[in-house]
Amino acid sequence: MKCAPFDYVRASSVEETVKVLGEAAGEGKILAGGQSLVPVLALRMARPAVLVDVNRVPGLSTIRRLDDIVEVGATVRHSRLVEQPEHPLLAEAARWIGHTAIRSRGTTGGSIAHADPSAELPVVAVATGASVTVAGPHGSRDVDAEELFVSALMTSLDEDEMITAVRFARPARWGFAEFARRHGDFALVTAVVTEVRGRPRITFGGVASVPQRATTAEQALADGKPATEVARIAAEEIEPTADLHGSVEFRRGIAAEMTRRALVQFDSEQEHSR
Amino acid sequence: MKISFSVNGERADLDVEPRRTLADALRDDCGLTGTHLGCEHGVCGACTILIDGEPARACLMFAVQVDGASVSTVEGLQGTDGELHPVQEAFVACHGLQCGFCTPGMLMSACHLLDTKPDADRETIRAEMSGNICRCTGYQSIVDAVERAREGMCVPAVRDSNTAAPWGATFPEE
Repeated sequence: MKCAPFDYVRASSVEETVKVLGEAAGEGKILAGGQSLVPVLALRMARPAVLVDVNRVPGLSTIRRLDDIVEVGATVRHSRLVEQPEHPLLAEAARWIGHTAIRSRGTTGGSIAHADPSAELPVVAVATGASVTVAGPHGSRDVDAEELFVSALMTSLDEDEMITAVRFARPARWGFAEFARRHGDFALVTAVVTEVRGRPRITFGGVASVPQRATTAEQALADGKPATEVARIAAEEIEPTADLHGSVEFRRGIAAEMTRRALVQFDSEQEHSR
Repeated sequence: MKISFSVNGERADLDVEPRRTLADALRDDCGLTGTHLGCEHGVCGACTILIDGEPARACLMFAVQVDGASVSTVEGLQGTDGELHPVQEAFVACHGLQCGFCTPGMLMSACHLLDTKPDADRETIRAEMSGNICRCTGYQSIVDAVERAREGMCVPAVRDSNTAAPWGATFPEE
C-alpha cells in the first residue's frame, strides 16, 4: 500500500524540528532512518500530517567517548554502532538489528523513540542505565531510559520534543544473548547482563511491553549465586505473554537459557573495556 | 517537490509528491523497472539499491530524501557494451535465480557485500544476504553465486555507467 499524503519538511536544525513539531500539534512525526516509521505509514497504521526529516540536521551523527559514557547522536546509523570500538556491548547489540540494508539506514534516536520492546537498543539503554537527551521548545533535558519507556511503542516524550543523543554508560562487564526465529527477526527474548556503577543488572527485551529488569535475579547475582540459579530466578520473575511465536512457558525457558548464556559471557569478561 | 539526484551516473530531475517512495520514483518516473517491489514495507529486500554506496530498501525511503545523493540500481551493473557484471555472470553460472523476482535486490546486496567484505566466507555471505528473501532457489545456489563472484572480482563492484568497464574478470573453469 502507499502512504497517505503528508507535508515534508527537511529540517536544518534541532530548533527548526522542534518548532515544526510544535506547529503540527501532535500531527507531526520525525523521519530519521524510516525503518520502522515508513512501514507503519505504508500500512496506513499512522497518517501524520507532517514528516520532519532530521537526516540532514548537523551535529546529530557523532559518537563521542566521555569518560565512562559513550554519547551516540540521534542519527547515528546502526551500521556505525557495529563498527565503533568505544562501546563493545553496543556494537554486539547492533549486530543483531535487522539486516544489512536496515542497519545502514536505521538510527539510534529512531530506535529509542520507537520504543519497540523487542528491539535491541532500548534493552541496551536500560541495561546500561542510559540517559536520553531530549530537545524541546524550552531547551534540553535528560531522561533516564527507564523513565522514557512507558509502554510498547510509547515513550514519555512530548509531541514537540525530539531525542538528540543517547548517553550509554560503559559497563565494566557485560553479556548479551538473543533468540529470534530467523536471522534478523525481532527478538523473542534478549537477555543483557551488565555491571554498571558497581552493581549487576539483568535486563530483558521481548518479554514485556518495555525493556524489563529482573531485580530479584540481580540481587541473587550480587549475592554470588550460581548462573543456573540466577537464570532460573530471572525466568520466574518476568511475566511474558503468549503469542503466535511461543507460549509463556516457552518464553520462560528461552529467557532462562539466554540469561545463562549472557551470564557465561559476563563471567568470562575481564575489565577489557578499561 | 523538485529534486535532483544521480542514478547510475546519470542526472535525474524530478518533481515528486513527498509521499512518493524512492522505489516508485525509480520505476515510474525514471523508467528503471529493474528495482522490484515485493512487500513494500521493508521485509522482502527485492527493492534493495545503493545510496551513496550504502544498501537501502527503496520502498522505505521517500524520493525527496535522495535529493543530491547518488543512487545505484541493478541497471547500472551491466557495462555500456552490454557485458554483464561479474556478480551477474556468477548468478547466471550458478543458477542463482529461478523466477528472477528477488534477483535485483540480491545482486545489489551481493555487490555491497563484496565491496565491503571482499574476503567474506560462506557463513558471512549467508548472514549478509539474509535480508533478501527468495522463494525459488532455496538459497544454496545464491550463496554459491556470491562465492563464485568473490573469486572472480578484483575491482570495485559499483561504478558509474558512464565509465567504461575497467575490469576483465575471469572465473575458474567449471
